[in-house]
Parts: sequence; C-alpha cells; structure tokens
Amino acid sequence: MKDPMIELAGVNKWFGRFHVLVDIDLLVGRGERIVVCGPSGSGKSTLIRLVNRLEEHQEGRILVDGVLLTDDLRAIERIRREVGMVFQSFNLFPHLTALENVALAPTFVLGLPRAEALERAAQQLARVRIADQAHKHPGQLSGGQQQRVAIARALCMQPKIMLFDEPTSALDPEMVKEVLDVMLELAAQGMTMVVVTHEMGFARQVADRVIFMDEGRIVEENPPAEFFAHPRNERTRDFLAKVLPR
Amino acid sequence: MGAPGGERSSRGERPPPARAALLSGLRRHLFASPSSALATLLVGGGLLALLPRAVHWLFTGAVYRADYDACRALAYSAACWGFVAEKHRLILFGRYPYAEQWRPLVATLLVLLTLFVSAHPRAWRRGLLLLWALVLIAFLLFMGGGAAGLSRVEPAEWGGFPLTVILTVVGVAASIPLGIVLALGRRSRLPLARGACTLYIELVRGVPLITVLFVASFVFPLLMPGGLKLDVLTRITLGITLFQAAYMAEVIRGGLQALPRGQFEAAAALGLSSWQTQAKVILPQALVLVIPSLVNSLLSTFMDTSLVTVVSLYDLTGSLRLALGDPRWRNFFLEGYLFVGALYFVCCLAMSRYSQWLERRLGRWIRRPEARPA
Repeated sequence: MKDPMIELAGVNKWFGRFHVLVDIDLLVGRGERIVVCGPSGSGKSTLIRLVNRLEEHQEGRILVDGVLLTDDLRAIERIRREVGMVFQSFNLFPHLTALENVALAPTFVLGLPRAEALERAAQQLARVRIADQAHKHPGQLSGGQQQRVAIARALCMQPKIMLFDEPTSALDPEMVKEVLDVMLELAAQGMTMVVVTHEMGFARQVADRVIFMDEGRIVEENPPAEFFAHPRNERTRDFLAKVLPR
Repeated sequence: MGAPGGERSSRGERPPPARAALLSGLRRHLFASPSSALATLLVGGGLLALLPRAVHWLFTGAVYRADYDACRALAYSAACWGFVAEKHRLILFGRYPYAEQWRPLVATLLVLLTLFVSAHPRAWRRGLLLLWALVLIAFLLFMGGGAAGLSRVEPAEWGGFPLTVILTVVGVAASIPLGIVLALGRRSRLPLARGACTLYIELVRGVPLITVLFVASFVFPLLMPGGLKLDVLTRITLGITLFQAAYMAEVIRGGLQALPRGQFEAAAALGLSSWQTQAKVILPQALVLVIPSLVNSLLSTFMDTSLVTVVSLYDLTGSLRLALGDPRWRNFFLEGYLFVGALYFVCCLAMSRYSQWLERRLGRWIRRPEARPA
C-alpha cells in the first residue's frame, strides 16, 4: 500500500482478563473505504475505538497518518484532530443547539473566532442537508437528523479519516436511508472511512474492502464482490446467511 | 412507533372530553371514599374552628402601635405587633449604630437588587462577575465605612438581615466554584488529587458547622502568624464557605455521574482537552441537573447563618434575641419569632420558586434526550 492512513500491526487488547482483540494487522490506505462487520462481541467497535484512543491497546503498534499512537498526549491530540468519529447513540451535546454542537470544537480546539466557527458549522449542516434545523436542540430532532448533525460535527474539524461506529443501528427504519445517503456522498468525495455496520447494501455499494471479525480476530478481508460471492471462512458464511435477505 | 407501512390515520380535531365540573371535582378529590370523607370533615372542621381565632389573634385583635400598656392590656389574647414596631430596627440591623442604619439598608438593597438582576440566564456574562465585585466593594464600603466621609463601623458590630444576606451570598457564591473543583478532583485520575479531595470532603462533612465556626472564631487567630489579622467576619465567612463547599462538591459530583459516558467520548473524539470537556460539555449539563440540590444547599446555608450567634455575631435570629433582651418586651417573643420566621419564609419561597423556573428554563433539552419533534 503506497499511502497508508491507518496502520495496525500485532495489536492486542484485553478488558480485564478478557482478550478482546487478538493479533490485529490492518492497513487502510488514503481514500479507502473499509466496512467492518461481524457478530456482536467480536471486537469491531473496540477496533475502531483504538484508532482515536477512546480505548487503549496493550500490545502492538498503531500509526495514524504517520503518527505513532502512544501515551503521549500531544500525539493523541494530533490524531484526534485528524480523525472524526460518529457514534451509534449520536452523543450530541443536548444543552447546545445543532449549530453550536458543530461549532464547539472549531471554536475551542482550533481556536477559530466565533463568527468564523459558526459560519463553518453552518456550511457543514448544509452539507448534511439539515441547515433549516440549525437552531434546534438535539432533543427536538429525529434520530436521523441527530445522526446527520453528529456527522456534520465530526466533519467540521476537517478530518482526514472518518470512523463510523454502527451509525444506523439506533435509528428507526425509515431514517436509515437519510444517514446512509450522507455517508455515500462522503465516500464519493474521497474521504477515508472505516465503517462498522450491518448494512450490507452499503458495504456492497461503497466498500473497497469488507472485513469480517469474529472473537477478536480478523477472519476474512476481501473486496465486496469476492466477500459476498465467495466467502471463504465458514463463520463468514454463517454470518452472511443471517444478515443477508434471502 | 406506528406499524411500518401502515397509513397514518388522520388525527381528528376533537378536543379531549371535558373534565368534571367543580362539584364533581370536589367529590372526586375530597369524598372519594368513606375514609377520605372522614379526613376531609375532620380537617375542614378543624380549620373552620381555628381559622377565626387565628385571624383574630394575628390581625383583627392585634395591637400594631408600639404601645406597651395596650399590649399588656391584651393579656396575650391577641398579637402585640407593637414589639416588632418598637424593635424592628434592632431586629433588622442588630447592633449597628442606630443613627447610621441607613447604610446597611442601602447596602442590603444593593445586593438584593443585584441578585435580582443576575437571576436571568441572559445576564450570565463575564461582565456580571465585574458587577458583583463592584457591588461587594460597595457593600463593604457602606457597611464598614472609614472612607468617603462614612464613619468606621467594625464588622463585629454588623448584624441582622444584612449579615444573614452577605454570609449567604458570599458563602454560596464562593462554595460553588470550590465545590466544583473538589468534585472534579474527586473524580480525577490522579491519585493524589483524588485522595486529597476525598479526604477534605469526608473530613469536613464529619464535623458540625458549629465546630467549624468555633475554630474559625477562636482557634484560627491563635494559629495565625502575628502579622496576619483577619477580622471575625472574614474568618466566619471563610469557615462557612469551606464547610459548605464539601456539601456542594458531593451535590455536583452527583450531577457529573449522571451524565452518560458518550458525552465524554464525543468530546474526546472531537479533540477537546479534558478541561474543555468539563467546562463546555459536562459542567453545563451537570449543574442544571443538580439545581434542586444546589438550592437545597443554598437554603440550608441561609438558615445555618443563624449559628453565627455562638461566636457573638448577631444575624437576623441573633438580633431578635438582642431585642428580646429588653425586659419590658421579652414576653412577646412569639410575635418576634413569627416576624423573623415570615421574613425567612418569604426569602426561601422566592429562592425555591426561582429554582423551579430556572430548572425548567435551562433543563428543557437536558433531561429528555429521547424527546421527538412534535
């Protein structure tokens, strides 16, 4: 791979005595779209949460855009600036309006003047087609709208990498599409994305590679055409049989 | 959620059925069962029997003039508000020099007015801190004098309502930020900070306020190096602040713990430092969540200030006792306590109503993250 954005080598992680991630090796290139799937408890969320240090790994090396992830706070700060994250439960700040949610980090992390931060935030809200809701609080928005605000909030820091942790799992069915559409556009614009999701349609349409995890290991890793047509591992086949519509 | 794919039924314009008129409402609330009817009759009968006598004692039969003989003539069959009329300045301002009592009046009104102005969230800007600094300086100037042609009045002579107000305002205003620091410290990942804050909180909560006041008043000066002298009022204010901060810390910690982990994670993922996260994301929510308990602490500080009488400062309650020291009037203590009690009650009611309003206004979005658009 000529231009790796994320590099995990020999990464291991335990929660107490529980071995969550086992010998993970993964390379994600610039502009690559990776979909991570697998049964619950397979460690896929933990995997992407290692990348921006929401979880600490105990063994192995993680490099994000050339920066080695260690206990060094400056390295962590630098990496977090380049990595945006979208959560399953949105995690918007309920005391702020949508616009203020998006403008918060540019104001305090980048130190932009307030007017400029708000201007930039408004642009990002327009990008996820929710500009008309800018002055509402998260509690006044539907789940799909909240998740789009959350995406705008991450994008407003102009990250090089976007991590999505089951972004549509908490949504009512009729709202899944509006969020996936925003993610599709983002992919079309060349964003490096790592997406944990069970939306296999999205994987087929967007992913450069699909990664299947089970019991803390990467079991299978292939382009979607190959992944869906000829799953090599038995556990992958079991999983696909459960999530794919017959 | 409705059935997926199903047509949404059109919602009619019909208002909900009219609820019970007055009579049936009364029946439902007061005479729903035999036992409830009995309770209603007993309580209602009791009220009917007592109310006329209470009104007579409190108002219609009472003597309002500061006329000692008229009060004696009542033989306690009605209230003698004459006592309050005669002694109100002593009760309200304590031992403050009589001729100069306009000064505590102005100073207190100034503080109350500023409180009123700062009540609205729109007033919460940086300038407000400056305003408060100026108001406190003005308060001290009016009360203490010694400048601008005002004669010097030692803090030991301050008393009555102004003392109650300033001890409460400064005590609460200073103990909240201190409480925030202690609460954050107790949740810190640094073992030393966590240990120190926990130790402080547990120690202070294990000591009665009255002990703290004794220490602040009598022991503290002995321990101070010779050059440094703090007047008794400063020491007491410091004591109340340090005491109350331990309770505030636990109240605030409760709010911090109520916030989901996702809030911290979202802030961290955006690159906010842990201080920025606390200041911009966590505290604004946690403090709103604990408004009811904060007001609880505010009210108890307000009441606890009456304990300063044990170190010879005379707050509202204390100066009432001074007033009752007059042998002619000392039998009319009931009227005196009713008057002071009413003053406390009005203040507490105002604070409690305000807190409910504030909670609704600030907490609109914070408590119902799952709320959906109408």
